[in-house]
Amino acid sequence: MADVAPDAKELRADIIRMITAAGSGHPGGSLSIIDFLAVLYSKHLRHDPRRPDWPDRDRFVLSKGHAAPALYAVLARHGYFDRNLLSSLRKLGSPLQGHPERRRLPGIEASTGSLGQGPSIALGMALAAKLDGRGCRIYAACGDGEMQEGQVWEALMAAPKFQLDNLTLVVDCNDGQIDGHVHEVMPLEPLAGKLAAFNWEVRDLDGHDPSAIDAALDWAKGARGKPRALLARTVKGKGVSFMENQVDWHGRAPNQEQCAAALKEILGA
Amino acid sequence: MPEATRAAFGSTLLELAEAFPNLVVLDADLSKSTMTAAFAEKYPSRHFEFGIAESNMIGAAAGLALSGKIPVAASFACFLVGRLETIRVAVILNRANVKLVGTHAGLGIGEDGASQMGLEDIAALRGLPRIAILQPGDALEARQAVAWMLKHEGPVYLRLTRQKLEDIHKPDYKFEFGKADLVWQPEPKPRHFQATIFASGGTVGGAIAAAKELLPRGFSARVFNAATIKPFDEQAVDQAAAVSERLVTVEDHNVSGGLGAAVCEAAASLGLKVPVVALGTRELGESGSPAELYERHGLSAPRIAEACLRNLSSC
Repeated sequence: MADVAPDAKELRADIIRMITAAGSGHPGGSLSIIDFLAVLYSKHLRHDPRRPDWPDRDRFVLSKGHAAPALYAVLARHGYFDRNLLSSLRKLGSPLQGHPERRRLPGIEASTGSLGQGPSIALGMALAAKLDGRGCRIYAACGDGEMQEGQVWEALMAAPKFQLDNLTLVVDCNDGQIDGHVHEVMPLEPLAGKLAAFNWEVRDLDGHDPSAIDAALDWAKGARGKPRALLARTVKGKGVSFMENQVDWHGRAPNQEQCAAALKEILGA
Repeated sequence: MPEATRAAFGSTLLELAEAFPNLVVLDADLSKSTMTAAFAEKYPSRHFEFGIAESNMIGAAAGLALSGKIPVAASFACFLVGRLETIRVAVILNRANVKLVGTHAGLGIGEDGASQMGLEDIAALRGLPRIAILQPGDALEARQAVAWMLKHEGPVYLRLTRQKLEDIHKPDYKFEFGKADLVWQPEPKPRHFQATIFASGGTVGGAIAAAKELLPRGFSARVFNAATIKPFDEQAVDQAAAVSERLVTVEDHNVSGGLGAAVCEAAASLGLKVPVVALGTRELGESGSPAELYERHGLSAPRIAEACLRNLSSC
């Protein structure tokens, strides 16, 4: 656990508690992206939880919407809403829908969950920012399995054309999807080469190393004339040994016993 | 002057560009056909060419809308509705203020044939909440519908024709959202009609011609232009049923799920005991001249008249 950011421990615990209380949800992909979100929101994203509609804010679009628990944990931690709401995940009437929904919860920039649409939405936001001369940056996060969607490649083709150096794509490369390992279900590699061929500048990083994430986000902000993509190499279910690399934990909630074991492992208590 | 509603759309965008500084226009390699090319030329920084990639165009339109722009995304009706899931989530679930403009509606495009014909677009989009669906019946109405669409806060689908349409309105006509408007009735006005026809878009002219043709044959019919398909003007259906033996719907669209369905749903939910004869295609379309296709698929004036006269039990 030495490679996990200290504050990500609490976020991981929130994810496990939330999904356990909900009785359903997606722990694997939430745990794989949480370190990236923790660093993005605390050190790079220019945002103000008291003004979620601030026009000059940076925007983050969680295209892999099933990792909503990770986003909710981070938003709650930053004060976008009362942390007590976390336990209402997936319950009738809760603003914490199974997949993120704009307008139900402050801090959600786009409703997502139908995979492949986030990069296009983020691209539109980046175009608007350029048109208005705003210096804000737009970030979109896809899963690696999500890269199988054709619409993603339409957006990848368009962003360099429009010279969207204010747009950063991060791919959570955890090699897991519902039907198995990404490299078996529908191989993507060489993903960096594909993105480079689409005129993106690409960097690989360890998606669980806070200092590597920090450096990669600094690098992304240095984009000039071309968009930059980060391939975050991650482990699905990271931080809970019995979930790690088990595609079965893509979309399954732990029971109380598993929850206790997971929390013990995460918090080391 | 006969004019295609797509042409009226293109010229109106240009006219309103200054009045709506947040207006941006998106195309997918069809700007010369959707008639947005003039806007693109005059306002290049506000026009985005996405190439042949409609899903990305629609998703980006949602992103632009979420950042305060008024994006108008145009393509052929069939290519837009092919991206239904992107419309459903990126636009509707986000409540994004996106204006989708589908040109080349229906059989009226003619020779290009089935794959280019939007014939199920209304059916698909009517099932989505909160989207307004408009189909103007002539150029005058199209210009006003475009102005209304840009002012309206919320997603809109505007369905336009490739072919020129005859004027069905007087020059002082004022488009009213959500209202079907009476475009023709016999003079003097009878107290009772054998049929009230609801037509929309490319079929309104033919419906008026059919009603005129029927009058000397002792069959009195009047014609409503249904420019707003969703939400539908239930009151017009209610009033029509009270004074008509039957309702007839005529649309350049599949007979399922469009205007005919909207009228039937209104009649059924109001408990009206009135038969509805729904005219529209049952096929995917084919090549031919627009006039030939309207004749073959039952949308020409003589075929509409024939359907009005047909014994209902044989329909």
